[in-house]
Amino acid sequence: MKKRNLSFWYFVGPILFAYIVIQLMPLLVGIYYSFTDWNGINSSVKLVGLKNYISAFKDSSFGQSFLFTAKFTILSLVILNAIAFGLSLLVTRESKASNFLRTIFFMPNLIGGLILGFIWQFIFTQVFASIGKILGIQWLQGWLSDGKTGLYGLVILMAWQMSGYLMIIYIASLQNIPPELVEAAQIDGANAWQRIKNIVIPLVRPAFTVSIFLTLSNSFKLYDQNLSLTAGGPANSTQMLAMNIYNTAFSFNQMGLAQAKAVIFLLIVGAISLIQVYFSKKGEVEA
Amino acid sequence: MEAVKKRNVLKYIGLLFSFLLALLFLSPFYIIVVNSFKSKKELFQNVLSLPKIFTMNNYKQAFKELDFLISLLHSLTITAVSVLLIVIFASMAAWMLERTKSKISNFIFMMFIASMIIPFQAVMLPLIRISGKLHLLNMGGIMFMYLGFGASLSVFLYHGFLKSIPMELDEAATIDGCSKFQIFWYIIFPLLKPISITVAILNTVWIWNDYLLPSLVINKPDTLTIPLRTFFFFGQYTKQWNLALAGLVLVIIPVIVFYFVAQKHIIKSVASGSIK
Repeated sequence: MKKRNLSFWYFVGPILFAYIVIQLMPLLVGIYYSFTDWNGINSSVKLVGLKNYISAFKDSSFGQSFLFTAKFTILSLVILNAIAFGLSLLVTRESKASNFLRTIFFMPNLIGGLILGFIWQFIFTQVFASIGKILGIQWLQGWLSDGKTGLYGLVILMAWQMSGYLMIIYIASLQNIPPELVEAAQIDGANAWQRIKNIVIPLVRPAFTVSIFLTLSNSFKLYDQNLSLTAGGPANSTQMLAMNIYNTAFSFNQMGLAQAKAVIFLLIVGAISLIQVYFSKKGEVEA
Repeated sequence: MEAVKKRNVLKYIGLLFSFLLALLFLSPFYIIVVNSFKSKKELFQNVLSLPKIFTMNNYKQAFKELDFLISLLHSLTITAVSVLLIVIFASMAAWMLERTKSKISNFIFMMFIASMIIPFQAVMLPLIRISGKLHLLNMGGIMFMYLGFGASLSVFLYHGFLKSIPMELDEAATIDGCSKFQIFWYIIFPLLKPISITVAILNTVWIWNDYLLPSLVINKPDTLTIPLRTFFFFGQYTKQWNLALAGLVLVIIPVIVFYFVAQKHIIKSVASGSIK
């Protein structure tokens, strides 16, 4: 018995140790710090109760970035999933052309968010402006110079990066639909739209759940793309939550406040994930 | 007959539309590549045309300023070692956790799963403080951190796969006198190959592209990775787009090569990792 126990720890121990030092301990210490006056410099910290949480809720920049993050998340949720589902319907059938197209749609996903942001910064500020000038289109000019175009720019960037990824999830689900089911409906006289609405969509519902929550949490936690596309500017109008936490900590050295914001952030992200688990356990249709 | 004809027409319209979309998806690549070969003056005049005079100067300079080979080496080392550590230790742990039915085993597994939802920002500040004290703010330290952060998803994926490997295999090997280490390395680990590929690819893509953690941990001139170098390089040349774009093309090349070499595995892995 004892020997068996020992080998259990030989196998589980190393990664558990790394996990405890890197994730668990910082998480617990972080929750503690959020109730203190920690500023990153003094080694002695004092408990200050809920002061940091109250300041976080009073901090207008935090509220503003929450609103921007929420707007961005909802917009990208709808747009990314609509594009991805559309793409998956176009390239589900197994053929050389479909495979080739999937490869292309998926490609941007592998490039790091930081680099993607730089690429699109060029496209929005230089290429859009130049096309706008040639064709005399006003709204193509001055992109990323205000909060509105900054928001749309970020959504377009994410659509380019994530649609192909979500498409793969939808395709996997579409290919699991028994073809007899669709054929039977066709014989019964259902047209293409009716077949999609009444057979395909209910059966790919689990894929919708996964993709919707994946976009939700990915968009909500976005940092790299935000940093390289606009760096939160102009005048913090495109600053998302993750960046607000970063800046509170490293530009203003308010570590306790930043950590309180981080705990609030954790609670929101955690809530999103719990709701996801609830939904994916609930509404699955048997094929 | 009419219906078949109509369906064929629809099919071709769909295909044509898809190819147009594919062109749209490719256009950003076209734009950055084309402009990376132009001189500053020519880029300023027209960003849409092909370059009149192809110049490799941008690439030469970007290559040098990015310290490209050195940054590539740093990124490769960190990614390869971290992924290796994750594959070895996550598979070992998952096997024990899956085969041992006890409260503590169950608890550890649930703890790993639950931490998948923790956003990096929630642990970022204390992590930097703690790892400063433990002397982890270096190359070795960041590999250890990737092992800690990669643990949850990787253990989860291995755990799920292990359910399909019958326990009788372990038992037969035990009767034959194998030790736990022998059972795992000679019998179980080779059977885990498909999921090991998935785990390796998912972690490679994440670690290779990661910017925030290395920017906090190894932000020194002699340990910069590709994303870190790109960030500094780009900050320096925002007014010289031809040079900045050549740099971006350079840093994308390794990713594209990786994609074309392991494309099938990558798409499959990414789909199965989507539960995170």
